[in-house]
Amino acid sequence: MKRRDFLGGAAVTCSLAMFATAAPAADKLKVGFIYVGPIGDFGWSYQHDVARKALEKALGDKVQTTYVENVPEGPDAERAIEGLVRDGAKLVFTTSFGFMDATVKVAKRYPAVKFEHGTGYKRDTNLATYSGRFYEGRYVIGQLAGKMSKSGIVGYVASFPIPEVVSGINSFMLGAWSVRPDMKVKIVWVNAWFDPGKEADAAKTLIDQGADIITQHTDSPAAIQIAEQRGVHVFGQDSDMINFGPHAQLSAIVDNWSDYYIQRTQAVLDGTWKSGDVWGGLGSKMVVMAPFTNMPEDVRKMAEATVADISSGKLHPFHGPLYKQDGTLVVKAGAVLPDPDILGMNWYVKGIDEKAPQ
Amino acid sequence: MFLEAIVLTVITASTPLLMAAVGELVAERSGVLNLGVEGMMVMGASCGFVAAILSGSSIVGALAGIGAGTALAAAFAFMTLRLAANQVASGLALTILGLGLSGLIGADFVGARRDPAPKLHIDGLSDLPFVGPILFGQDGFVYASVALVLGTSWFLWRSRAGLTLRAIGDNPVSAHSLGHKVLRIRLLATLFGGACAGLAGAYLSLGYTPFWVKGMTAGRGWIALALVVFASWSPWRLAAGAYLFGTVTILQLYAQGYGLGIPSQLMSSLPYLATILVLVLMSRARGRGAAPASLGMPFVPDR
Repeated sequence: MKRRDFLGGAAVTCSLAMFATAAPAADKLKVGFIYVGPIGDFGWSYQHDVARKALEKALGDKVQTTYVENVPEGPDAERAIEGLVRDGAKLVFTTSFGFMDATVKVAKRYPAVKFEHGTGYKRDTNLATYSGRFYEGRYVIGQLAGKMSKSGIVGYVASFPIPEVVSGINSFMLGAWSVRPDMKVKIVWVNAWFDPGKEADAAKTLIDQGADIITQHTDSPAAIQIAEQRGVHVFGQDSDMINFGPHAQLSAIVDNWSDYYIQRTQAVLDGTWKSGDVWGGLGSKMVVMAPFTNMPEDVRKMAEATVADISSGKLHPFHGPLYKQDGTLVVKAGAVLPDPDILGMNWYVKGIDEKAPQ
Repeated sequence: MFLEAIVLTVITASTPLLMAAVGELVAERSGVLNLGVEGMMVMGASCGFVAAILSGSSIVGALAGIGAGTALAAAFAFMTLRLAANQVASGLALTILGLGLSGLIGADFVGARRDPAPKLHIDGLSDLPFVGPILFGQDGFVYASVALVLGTSWFLWRSRAGLTLRAIGDNPVSAHSLGHKVLRIRLLATLFGGACAGLAGAYLSLGYTPFWVKGMTAGRGWIALALVVFASWSPWRLAAGAYLFGTVTILQLYAQGYGLGIPSQLMSSLPYLATILVLVLMSRARGRGAAPASLGMPFVPDR
């Protein structure tokens, strides 16, 4: 385990994919994982690796897992994926949006191998896609922000202006306005998924400008720590970060891939695997909320009720009437925004003052 | 107060760059080009954090960071000075080694939390408005970075040993024939560079963002390297460059918070553009301080 870490790290910079394999066995199903970051990021890749371990635990000696961490997005990923297949993997999970085209190419070349691409949209007979409806969690934390903020200003530490992040901002604010219509948001883009120093600086900046709730769409726990130091409230990202903000964290949106990975691997073992697209949310527990902490009882009850309503389908974060910034009606009352529009969302909803990202 | 908040954030953002860059400046002045700053820095971050958690002391952590950076620099010195290996290749290898090894050392400490390193507090002085927190309320790392700039500047331009070091960086053959121990002085300069990078790394994991995650330096070692070049090997210009970079980085975050509507991608590139522009103009305006003439070239004394 430790040696793998070291080798994996060495692989980053020279882009030499090195493979961490457990003891070889002929009749086990080999399952490969490709991670975009280090498994020690305590965020996105960390949660995927938690699920990989859960898979090993659940299916025991029927499977053998292998992973490559720190794989750069883009053409380079192709080699890493193909390496896993050559190494004998019969099922490969590629866990970042940027691995999409590489996964498609390798899947074409190896029709007998099953591929699962996380957060993408290109499918094939042996290539399925899956993702989490993180925006559902963001609606819940938006409501919490609306209830818990005194200044009425939320600071949003954002990574890159892509649809997933933009839809998250929209969903968060729709949640906040559902309990506090005058809520304002200040957004700072750090243009990185992972740069602890910059994430911390962005959080400080936002707090200095009056935000008393911080939320983030970046990967490290830096902003949580700043919030703890400055005595404001905050939400964890990808994993439960309560340890970094015992008095500050209200909740966290936690990615839970374990059930899906176990279920899909079991399907390969049973010979029932089929390509498809799964977009799981609070209902299917692919997105779960960390315990609601540091808040009054009635606020906690409200959040739990919202989670229940979203899970049962009673409440959809993007329900009509929904307007764009310029006032155009996008969704009529009684309807909800269709999935493809959520996946491609590049506009802000009415009420957000910021200029929409290009 | 608003300005105070900005200045405080700028100081934390600039300090790690400044510390790592000052060390590299001294190494390069002696003719050693060590591209492994990022690797030594990240090792300093992981070893510093682990030692601080185990001992409960930020000072022990800082010392461990210095030690880790120095140890990696020693490996580099062995390859490039003793074996006269290519400095560019060895430096890159050092970065790869540091990134991997630091992950291994820190693996069990991911998710551990620590309070930031304690800050100075002098009754009366630290409570003054504005100047109090900025001048008398920093942690030890910030004061160390200032001392490093002052000390390095004095050493390089006002001391005999500094003159020798610069001479070796410009012309090791002549210095050798005058009886100066070229390899020994280059070794010391390289180790000093490693110690500074290690300390800068320890500041990241103990003061700036007190936790450990793999790769948390996020390219700061490379920025430090670039600063040395653009500051044309002068400690004062280096300090100006590091603070300018930090200032523009923070100001663009503030500007975004105000919603000026400038594309964030452009804003994020501003620190790089501004720093390069200003430092190049500064270097042009003054003649002194071209690159050490033998930078990156191995020296093998004939016996």
